[in-house]
Amino acid sequence: MAKEYEMVIGLEVHVELATKTKIFCGCKTTFGMKPNTLTCPVCSGMPGSLPVLNKKVLEYAIMVGLATNCDITRYSKFDRKNYFYPDNPQNYQISQLYEPICRNGFVNIKSDAGEKKIGIHEIHMEEDAGKLVHDSWGETSFVDYNRSGVPLIEIVSEPDMRSADDVINYLEKLRLIIQYLGVSDCKLNEGSMRADVNVSVMEKGSKTFGTRTEMKNLNSFKAIRRAIENERERQIDLIESGEEIVQETRKWDDEKGKSYPMRSKEDAKDYRYFPEPDLMPIVIDDEWLDKLKEKEPEFKDEKVKRYISEFKLPEYDADIITEDKKMADFFEEAISLGGEPKKISNYLLGEVKRLLNENNTEFDKINLNPLNLVKLIKIQEEGKINSTIAKEVFEKMYYEDVEPLEYIKEHSLMMESNEDELKDIVQKVIDENEKSVEDYRNGKEKALGFLVGQTMKVTKGKANPGMINKLLKELLSDGK
Amino acid sequence: MSDILDLSAYEIRKKIIDREILIKDVLDLLFERIKENDNNSFITLCEDEAYKKAEELQKRLEDDPDGKKGKLFGIAVAIKDNICTKGIKTTAASKILYNFVPEYNATVIDLIEKEDGIIIGKTNMDEFAMGSTSETSYYGAVKNPLNNEYVSGGSSGGSASAVAGHECFMALGSDTGGSIRQPAGFCGVVGIKPTYSSVSRYGLIAYGSSLDQIGPIAGNVTDAVNLLEVISAYDPKDSTSKNGVDREYSKYLTDDIKDLKIGVPKEYLSDSVDADVRENIKNAIEVFKKLGCEVKECGLALTDYVVPAYYTIASAEASSNLERFDGVKYGLRADDYEGLHDMYKKTRKEGFGTEVKRRIMLGSFVLSSGYYDAYYLKALRVRNLIKQEFDKLFKEFDVILSPVSPETTPKIGESLSDPIKMYLSDVYTVSANLTGMPGISIPCGIDRNNMPVGMQLFADHFREDNIIKAAYAFEKAGKGM
Repeated sequence: MAKEYEMVIGLEVHVELATKTKIFCGCKTTFGMKPNTLTCPVCSGMPGSLPVLNKKVLEYAIMVGLATNCDITRYSKFDRKNYFYPDNPQNYQISQLYEPICRNGFVNIKSDAGEKKIGIHEIHMEEDAGKLVHDSWGETSFVDYNRSGVPLIEIVSEPDMRSADDVINYLEKLRLIIQYLGVSDCKLNEGSMRADVNVSVMEKGSKTFGTRTEMKNLNSFKAIRRAIENERERQIDLIESGEEIVQETRKWDDEKGKSYPMRSKEDAKDYRYFPEPDLMPIVIDDEWLDKLKEKEPEFKDEKVKRYISEFKLPEYDADIITEDKKMADFFEEAISLGGEPKKISNYLLGEVKRLLNENNTEFDKINLNPLNLVKLIKIQEEGKINSTIAKEVFEKMYYEDVEPLEYIKEHSLMMESNEDELKDIVQKVIDENEKSVEDYRNGKEKALGFLVGQTMKVTKGKANPGMINKLLKELLSDGK
Repeated sequence: MSDILDLSAYEIRKKIIDREILIKDVLDLLFERIKENDNNSFITLCEDEAYKKAEELQKRLEDDPDGKKGKLFGIAVAIKDNICTKGIKTTAASKILYNFVPEYNATVIDLIEKEDGIIIGKTNMDEFAMGSTSETSYYGAVKNPLNNEYVSGGSSGGSASAVAGHECFMALGSDTGGSIRQPAGFCGVVGIKPTYSSVSRYGLIAYGSSLDQIGPIAGNVTDAVNLLEVISAYDPKDSTSKNGVDREYSKYLTDDIKDLKIGVPKEYLSDSVDADVRENIKNAIEVFKKLGCEVKECGLALTDYVVPAYYTIASAEASSNLERFDGVKYGLRADDYEGLHDMYKKTRKEGFGTEVKRRIMLGSFVLSSGYYDAYYLKALRVRNLIKQEFDKLFKEFDVILSPVSPETTPKIGESLSDPIKMYLSDVYTVSANLTGMPGISIPCGIDRNNMPVGMQLFADHFREDNIIKAAYAFEKAGKGM
């Protein structure tokens, strides 16, 4: 009988913090600028320059620690991690080894067996490196230090995950917490959230973990899932064929669906960590911690509960809206502006989701204004426009942020509610569609729909469908 | 007219302000003297910049004789070449930075310029401040102006030599393990290592970050203290800089030291100390007694451990601080190499001198896994114990008196062949860096070769007042003798 195996997975997650300036200097952190335009002597490693800690970074790191149930280290320190690489201008990275800012936390995730606790070993602060740009036709490499010194936190989990699902759920949980805190946008595809996955395999029920490997270069949830499944198979194959698993770092190639060894434990670097003498130890007092605790926002789970009880939203709606902090903010703002919760929700889950998917974009990238949505819904409720027009106006609002009433007036989209005018049009439609009239009179209800459609066509969609129905029925019965 | 150069900085400032002399004429004399002396005390001279600044100041003076004048108005200051000067080559006396021109000033440079000081050049030194004789410089050894056969001391040998040779009126040095105090002692001038975190290190090319302090070297206590007052300021660009401490040093230029309690560690006057040094220190003790001080013997049992602890910590920090010199961004890059790793190797092999390589290797070793606890961590513990030992002494004493060096000034070429012996001669200076306390070095006599002997005075953290008073009174008493 084939043996059953179980995976043991631990994660190292790097999150880029959304501070305005870098961790140790005043340079801006804006993404996508011209190379080396966001640099200074400090973040380009000039001789004699010195780091000064950006207090916002510390604040953000502590906020993440508090939200993930960590102990906050009251006397924390920075250390130097020494290694030579051109993207690292000092050839050491300022990080935390001996006294990381947060320790011993956990988050709860969903799993098949109900809620599951994933331990967080530590969270530490560090600086990001620059970026190398290789000249593909020459022999030159260029280095861009714009990213050098952008603040990162590294969240190190305990080896508490047992499946790719666990990993995805854990990452989703972290993403939501961090997004709700507003300290990072946590985008895997843009690199503001990066995960290295440590995987080992053991026989089911065993108490000793197998030899682990570390997988790098995982840029999407899909890649993470594939890489984990692939590594599981690779390790099981090795075990079954009696070979040894080498403790090593591997690089995932998502196109080829394979991983390759990067470096093994034998040639692991000696980083010669030691306490960073240029920075003073960080002492955190109760008062500041209390202030940060007070600032803690309402997280997703709490919001879902509140949306159900306060706004009578179905759980399904509440769950989807709160998947994205920005969408939840929009929803709440729309309600505070007088919007009706379920109607707002319908738009978000319907039209908004549709357009987001169509354009393959995210909620924080669009210009939709909650006040305009509230107005549009009101105009529609008042019967001034029908749903077809509403959809058209909504798209304009989504793409161009137009004011709905102005747009409707400007384009004369107001519904035709003048009964006399509409009566003439309906009569004309009846006259021109003898066949359908006859069908209707012979009991074919469907024919009425056709006549409504024809009337709509003539009025260019502006007529009130209820009124058309009423008039058609009146006129058709008159002629009997 | 060249006796102008024998004047103190504060006397020169007065003559300039009273328009008895033109700043330009003083500069002429200085640059002439530098060439005449030929002591190799400078790596770079800033003649153009200095004359330009002189013209500016002179014009300001003519236009508005009663206008505001900085504390260093018109005074020529020399800067150790490991302190970054905007637009002026800064090499740290290393081949690896032979062409490095910073785009920024060290904070101390801005402070000197704000007080109308004139930077006349960048002084020679031991490469990256690693050495005790200013012989490890890529630009050759510095000569002692009192006798050219002797070293000027190190690592701020160029600054001490320039001051002693009347090539400038004051100078900046840096002190990681005695690098201001020891050359000041060997050249017969005054040098101050301020309390750690009182002078900004921003722009100082780091050697041992937890030990480095910039400080003044001058021909007399008053000039040294005035320069210290200019450069000492809280700097938000240096996280280790301390705010809210007394920095009005010049108000302690008084000779009232009656009842000052002075401790003399018996370990510092043992038989291993050169007899001439011992003799001169004993004479100094008598002077202090005559001035009304209470001088008592005391003990520093950990004296044998200070040099090993110091070299472990300083080398560890240096091995990391010097990693940035890799040929990628600035400075030397080797000509022929194959790939990145080879470029690193060749650049650093060609760019660093022997002593620097020795300390990088030593530092890398004590930080490597498996040795960290046994060496680096142990050295940190020893450092703490040494701190405690001094803390205890300062409960009893206002000032600790000590020789600068156990030896008299060596001749050029005598020291480098035996690095361990050279390291051991730092035994009386490194404690101030390990503990962070301030120290001043002032001349207290001459040895059998007619070379000066230096004395050191230490005080508790941020108690520069005590050593300034003591040094000022001692200097004044000496003039009267």
